[in-house]
Amino acid sequence: MSPSRAFLAFVAAMFALLALGSPAGADLVAQEDADSSTIIRGTLRTAGEDGEDVFVEDVTIVVTDEAGVEVGLAVTDSEGNWIVELPGGGTYSVLLDDSTLPEGVPLRSPENNPLVVEVREGASRATLFPLGEATASAGNTIEAVQLFVDGLKLGLIIAMSAIGLSLIYGTTGLTNFAHGEMVTFGALIAFLFHVTGVFGITTSLIVAAIISVIVSAIAGGLFNALVWAPLRRRGASLIAALIVSIGFSILLRYLFLYQFGGRSQFYPDYQLQKKYDFGWFTLAPKDLFIILFSTGILVLVGLGLQKTRAGKAMRAVADNRDLAESSGINVEQVIRWVWIAGGALAGLGGVLFGLTEALSWEMGFRVLLLMFAGVTLGGLGSAYGALIGSIIVGIFIQMSTLVLPSDLKNVGALITLILILLVRPQGLLGRAERVG
Amino acid sequence: MDWGSILDNTLRGLIGEQFIFFGLAAIGLNLHFGYTGLLNFGQAVFMAAGAYGLAMMVATWDLSFWVGVVVGVVVFPVILALILGAPTLRLRADYLAIVTIAAAEIFRLIMRSPSLDQWTGSSDGLTAFANRFYEFSPFDPGQRYFFDLFIGNQMWVVLVGWVVLAVGVFICWLLVRSPWGRVVKAVREDEDAARSLGKNAYSYKMQALIFGGMFGAAGGMLRAIGTQSAQPDNFVTEITFFVWVALILGGAGTVLGPVLGAAILYAVLNFTDVLLRQAVRADYIPNSIMSGVQVGQVRFMMIGLALILLAAFRPQGILGSKEEMALDDR
Amino acid sequence: MTDESDTPAAAADRRADPDELADAVIRVPGVDPERARAALADVPREPGAPKPDPILVADGVVRRFGGLTAVDVGHVEIQRGVITALIGPNGAGKTTFFNLLTNFDHADQGTRSFDGRPIDNVPAHKIANHGMVRTFQLTKALSKMKVIDNMKLGATNQRGEMFWRSLLPFSWRNQELEIEARAEALLERFNMIHMRDQFAGTLSGGQRKLLEMARALMVEPQMVMLDEPMAGVNPALTQSLLQHVIGLRDQGMTVLFVEHDMDMVQEISDWVIVMAEGSIIAEGPPQSIGQNQAVVDAYLGGSHGAPLDLDREL
Repeated sequence: MSPSRAFLAFVAAMFALLALGSPAGADLVAQEDADSSTIIRGTLRTAGEDGEDVFVEDVTIVVTDEAGVEVGLAVTDSEGNWIVELPGGGTYSVLLDDSTLPEGVPLRSPENNPLVVEVREGASRATLFPLGEATASAGNTIEAVQLFVDGLKLGLIIAMSAIGLSLIYGTTGLTNFAHGEMVTFGALIAFLFHVTGVFGITTSLIVAAIISVIVSAIAGGLFNALVWAPLRRRGASLIAALIVSIGFSILLRYLFLYQFGGRSQFYPDYQLQKKYDFGWFTLAPKDLFIILFSTGILVLVGLGLQKTRAGKAMRAVADNRDLAESSGINVEQVIRWVWIAGGALAGLGGVLFGLTEALSWEMGFRVLLLMFAGVTLGGLGSAYGALIGSIIVGIFIQMSTLVLPSDLKNVGALITLILILLVRPQGLLGRAERVG
Repeated sequence: MDWGSILDNTLRGLIGEQFIFFGLAAIGLNLHFGYTGLLNFGQAVFMAAGAYGLAMMVATWDLSFWVGVVVGVVVFPVILALILGAPTLRLRADYLAIVTIAAAEIFRLIMRSPSLDQWTGSSDGLTAFANRFYEFSPFDPGQRYFFDLFIGNQMWVVLVGWVVLAVGVFICWLLVRSPWGRVVKAVREDEDAARSLGKNAYSYKMQALIFGGMFGAAGGMLRAIGTQSAQPDNFVTEITFFVWVALILGGAGTVLGPVLGAAILYAVLNFTDVLLRQAVRADYIPNSIMSGVQVGQVRFMMIGLALILLAAFRPQGILGSKEEMALDDR
Repeated sequence: MTDESDTPAAAADRRADPDELADAVIRVPGVDPERARAALADVPREPGAPKPDPILVADGVVRRFGGLTAVDVGHVEIQRGVITALIGPNGAGKTTFFNLLTNFDHADQGTRSFDGRPIDNVPAHKIANHGMVRTFQLTKALSKMKVIDNMKLGATNQRGEMFWRSLLPFSWRNQELEIEARAEALLERFNMIHMRDQFAGTLSGGQRKLLEMARALMVEPQMVMLDEPMAGVNPALTQSLLQHVIGLRDQGMTVLFVEHDMDMVQEISDWVIVMAEGSIIAEGPPQSIGQNQAVVDAYLGGSHGAPLDLDREL
């Protein structure tokens, strides 16, 4: 069986696994914000796997005064916001109707419901109901193991996105700050075909994902051809190129916001799935798919780098550009393929990210910082380093919630990045360079 | 179209509060990047440190305003620079870029975290910590000043800001024409050459990071004073790149470049902002193309585009010399 | 107000004839170059030979990159007040050894001492203060700085280089004038005074080499270490560069330089050290080196498997 056959068979098997889950739609309605004199308000959110906010909608909250008289009732909007106008300052009791909470999102501390709060006259009092671990309800799972598996999944997605970042750095010396937006791009293109529709036609997520990977690959190639290749020809300094990449990062991010809006969205397919119980941990079919599929892709990428001509050429250019050039390798062509492959992988990473979490205009930027952490940990410029580093970062982020509040788990990872640089700046697999 | 309001806003951008806050931050970034070659992609975190240094001292711990000023302009930025610089300043320039941009996001996430609400006010931030500042104001809060551009309290912020900015430019001018300035320029050009001549490149980079950060903190603090609030989302990572555009536009490595750049940047941003808002309101631009909310996003796109075009086509900015820019070490 | 730097000597410096001043900057007191050279006659012609008056001593210095041993030098001494050439085929580890001697790279093993003081734990930037300055194979002229600023940068112990002092121009102005006089005298000596206010980036390759050497002298070192000073220099300038190097020695300066070109080495060096595959294989006066069998083998490829890419450009 040829490698490409094997790849197709593998992909087909993976999609068959993905198809086990049943699609369910997500309906999102926006509400206008209110503004008033004495108010009590809050935002209901739970942390997604990446620590980003996932807002909880349609939850009822009732506010009563000291006498037990109901003074207001609110339902959270699509961004999790609720607001109750009060007759004046005083002590109020805020009750969250937990029967309106979505399944799998319990209150973290049910003993704090209702919550008694003091509100000053004219103040806008924020109230917090921490929502907790969706996995806590599962029977005999061990939290650490569950987090490890969730982290592995996150790490694999980061790794997939980061390989392009690392290869681009290796072959061109450019730290591409717009790589996060390439991830968002992939996720949004899939959303476009899956939900928004192109010429009124929508497709299933699987088809949309395939289209998205192809479009992302083309976009990566075009990005190189229209921006980076001309800059290299003009002999622009690496610092100028770095600043250009930051410019693209911001421009694209806000174009996404402009087009897509500020709300988080979801792919309706495979949204609600019954989890498989593996004893120590549980996994939804889509998560199992993500782990197996991305492992497969990464193995293929590794084999491709190791065995194929193009892969060897990429590594040769990354290792020593001049030497590669003088031994007859067409460096520009290698760089073109690095951008195309990097674009495709980033786009695929974006789709998988969107599948496990919410889609948003800035998802890529958050992923970018995690990619940096992974790539730095593994050693800048080493594709295998990026892989291992990213997986460690993913696992670290998830496991750190054992000790950190979950909204700070990415903080832990980024602080670790700084500590790694102190101890071992060349990363785990990087080489020490000759100084001088 | 209300051209009077468009003109007012453009002028306010040219000489008003935004110009001052970002001008100060850009002077700091000029010390970092323009003179020392440090890629600080997290000037926003230094600005936030200045804002929160003051706000937390006064609003959270009830200390005096002056303690807050010292903590915000000196203590926080020094600690921050040491944390960010110690691991990265010995490494390739991009490491500092990665760590600083990450730090800006870390700081924002920490300040937003509900678990620290009692100290930071989480996403609402802290307010009403600068009353002492306005007690010194000679201006009547109800009156308008300076061609009716600023109301009393704004005028006081702007006046103090102008003085601080002038002092900042003067300090920068002294620094860069001194032997100290010569060493940091040498470090920018070639760190190993500087070391072979007995200069402790690491220490100079750290000094530049610290003092440039202090300018950023001063800008952030004035911004917090001007709005009487310190909120995490005022210091999103993109803020850093407003500063970058101001610096490169004016000319990195020139004394007046950052100030000129900030003035022009904010004049242009305010002009387009008000123009678009009015055009949207008057339905010159249909809602299907641009809504009121989207106008605010246009300025970020302009920043991104400006960075791309400047870095690619005019890296020397307005005041820099093209010939000098072309001299690269062979 | 008076500045403590304004000693009579410094004031005299400023009035002095540039030529004398340049000599004064270069001169290393207490070294008799004639005697130093003569003393080499009795030194045994073998690797690691002890010298009568060594200024730099390295012992058991080893540097590995991954599994590759780039440098493994048993023992070497550099005689004070003479010109020593460090030669060897490409990839012999000369530049790496240079980096190790100046602490631009850290040895895995071994000790080094300069002027009797151990320098193993001295950071690279403090080496200059010990009296040893190096230049680089790929010239490091500071392109966007003027020639005169390049020169002034070399002066050590500048008060205005401290952050707070820099804000008080009166506290460093006098010292600055004195440094400027020295810089101009050296530029005069190297025939570069007409380029004083040009950006260094506009200079030709050879002029940059000269500038880098002159800048190193601003440190007022006892020893200069030149990494391929003639590389990329046009023949017209080569002679003048050689004369300058000899001129340094005649003022008592110790010179160690890396070179490929045997002719050049024959012409100016007093002693030659030959490296191959990271080790020292021969030592002796230039005339003796051509006949040394180990050297001939090394140069003609008699030694196999030399790590070819190690002598990457700086």
